[in-house]
Amino acid sequence: MTYFGDLKPIKGEIHIEKERCKGCGFCVEYCPREVLELSDEFNKKGYHPPYIKNEDNCCYCQLCETICPEFAIFVTIKKEEDEGEKVQSRS
Amino acid sequence: MTEKKQPQRNPVERILRMDRMPHIWCPGCGIGTVVTSFAEALRKEETDLDNIVVVSGIGCTGRVAGYMKLDSFHTTHGRAIPFATGLKLANPKTKIVVFSGDGDIAGIGGNHLIHAARRNMDMLVILVNNFNYAMTGGQVAATTPIDANASTAPFGNFEYPFNLPHLVASAGGTYIARWTALHLRRVTKSIQEALHRRGFSFIEVITPCTTLYARRNRLGDGLNLLKYYYDNSEIQHNADTKDLDITYQGKLIVGKFVDKEKPTFLDAMNQHLSKVLGDKYTPYGEVK
Amino acid sequence: MKVKKSKADPKGVLTGSHFMDGDYALAEGALAAGCRFFGGYPITPSTETAERFSERIPVVGGVFIQMEDELGSIASLIGAAWGGLKAMTVTSGPGFSLMQENIGLACMLETPLVIANVQRGGPSTGLPTLTSQQDMMQARWGSHGDYEIIALSPDSPQECFDMTIKAFNLSELFRVPVFVMTDECVGHMHEKVVIPPAEEIEIVERKWYKGPKDKYLPYKCDSDGVPFMVKTGQGYRFHTTGLTHDERGYPLLNAECQKINVQHLIDKIKNNADKIIEMEEEQIDGAEVIVLSYGITSRVAFRAVQQARKEGIKTGTIRLITVWPFPEKKIEELAKKVKAIVVPEINAGQVFLEVDRCSRNKCKVVSVPHLGGWVHNPDDIFKAIKEAVK
Repeated sequence: MTYFGDLKPIKGEIHIEKERCKGCGFCVEYCPREVLELSDEFNKKGYHPPYIKNEDNCCYCQLCETICPEFAIFVTIKKEEDEGEKVQSRS
Repeated sequence: MTEKKQPQRNPVERILRMDRMPHIWCPGCGIGTVVTSFAEALRKEETDLDNIVVVSGIGCTGRVAGYMKLDSFHTTHGRAIPFATGLKLANPKTKIVVFSGDGDIAGIGGNHLIHAARRNMDMLVILVNNFNYAMTGGQVAATTPIDANASTAPFGNFEYPFNLPHLVASAGGTYIARWTALHLRRVTKSIQEALHRRGFSFIEVITPCTTLYARRNRLGDGLNLLKYYYDNSEIQHNADTKDLDITYQGKLIVGKFVDKEKPTFLDAMNQHLSKVLGDKYTPYGEVK
Repeated sequence: MKVKKSKADPKGVLTGSHFMDGDYALAEGALAAGCRFFGGYPITPSTETAERFSERIPVVGGVFIQMEDELGSIASLIGAAWGGLKAMTVTSGPGFSLMQENIGLACMLETPLVIANVQRGGPSTGLPTLTSQQDMMQARWGSHGDYEIIALSPDSPQECFDMTIKAFNLSELFRVPVFVMTDECVGHMHEKVVIPPAEEIEIVERKWYKGPKDKYLPYKCDSDGVPFMVKTGQGYRFHTTGLTHDERGYPLLNAECQKINVQHLIDKIKNNADKIIEMEEEQIDGAEVIVLSYGITSRVAFRAVQQARKEGIKTGTIRLITVWPFPEKKIEELAKKVKAIVVPEINAGQVFLEVDRCSRNKCKVVSVPHLGGWVHNPDDIFKAIKEAVK
């Protein structure tokens, strides 16, 4: 999906440290693209970590990474091989 | 098409003592979020990590020093600020950050807070305000709003709480801001501004306390309280600090309230003694 | 014991022959020893030391800050020590009580610093302008928990100067707070103080760590039982805490770690007691009675001892220079050989309790208390000596 002809938005790749998560739900609540959802599975400590529900929606805003109190989730830029100019993320 | 990936690590781990993870804070506690905002600020400012020192007191927020991979000190209750004063005066080129809670800094450490502000001691104080003494079980603090429930105010608090920005401004602080934990990037920006400047900087971050304040007052869990604080906050930069009182579950006024230049303790000392003693005095410290 | 010594920095040494009081001599001793940070709070009768320091430090180079209270003073001292400077404060009874919590922190963090206590009458506000020696036990046991410290007791302004230098050296050697327990009488007494040239003053350097940064363990001890120290801002990224901790400085809250941690704090001083303990003995051999005293009382007791010797009583004297650690073995040995030990002190009997304990009932131990406000009348001590040998 491109915009203005060739421009492609950045996509993010989400890494979740399931065992460190304490199921607080901050990332799920505040993801602006509703990418995450609390799963039904349990981690070793008995919490429900999030899972990636709508992977394509992630736009690398890194809000989940900044908000997580457990340092248990972070986002990297998804490497893609399509053509088109990428919009630089402002950070 | 994906290649074989190297295991990637969360960039914030570079500044954390990963051998001590997971940390002791409760699920839904805002302290971890504030620590991430702080780490982001250090990264963006490209601060020399060897030159920054974190000092904490006792309490939940007091544990922050133990988790940061910097020169860090976990000191006695309320005495983080004078400890930081000694550190700064002995080694003026280091940047000192006091990262502690409301009970520690504004309760038992209240005297030290106002005197360090009065002296415009060059340090950044990040005060994480969760409105109670969380570590010991949720006792009433100097910042607990009226009518809030706490373990030593089981019928509701009737004591007037501090208006911390007003207190520090009256004492002479030169950079004062208040945010909630959810104002992630604004907290980061405030910390960046404070690291960049010299003088007594004070940032109050209002965070949810899941297990104690939220539970005792039936305010939901950490997420509910975080949401509440953010939704009920209103940004008013340069508001008059006397209007910043916090009422129980009322409106929170946040923003940057004071940002002014004033000679720090060491600047004033050097200027004054040079003037009086002339050549006999060599200015102390590498004052940039 | 690997000890790095150097000569004093001439900038801080006021070489010459001076007429000054004990308080001033404390300040001069500190400056000569290389102390460049003073975090103080005014309290009678110690204020003159802070005043002297504030006058001299701008020219010598360093920082004087009058903190908001003694709690702030001692906290700033520990911070300054970890920032790399030698640090000192001075106080009296009420301020000393306030400092106790952070003295415990200084012991736990193994921080070298010097605290001078110019003792005055107590308890509570007591007699601010009059002498006593009633904080001796508090110096040893003041803070909560088990730990060991070093305490010295000067008896004249000259000793105030010399012992402050010694206090700094001991604190650097053993990474422990050292107390200079003087009193209002010595503090306000003006006497001749000879300050030697800087090359003649020996200073012990801090035990700095010089190894690879990523291998630094703040509490890993050397063969001499004392860990290496660093200061902030050098890239060691160390953490220290007042909680019971392991070698890395990380809190480890269980009984095993507590045992290792606290035993180390105790052993550091106890095992090296022989290197620390100092006293002046006179005519001990063949004595019937020993007069054991310290500080100003030893000067008063000397008059009583002279009288006793004139009457033919074989009196020996011991003047304690280090009061803590207490010379237990020496007293144990002595008690088997003499009839009595007389302990005059300007308090209700504090060091007397230690002498009594260490004598193991082998001889009489007589306390000559004086509750403060003035020094003993030598006749009282003489009477006690006579009673003791009956």
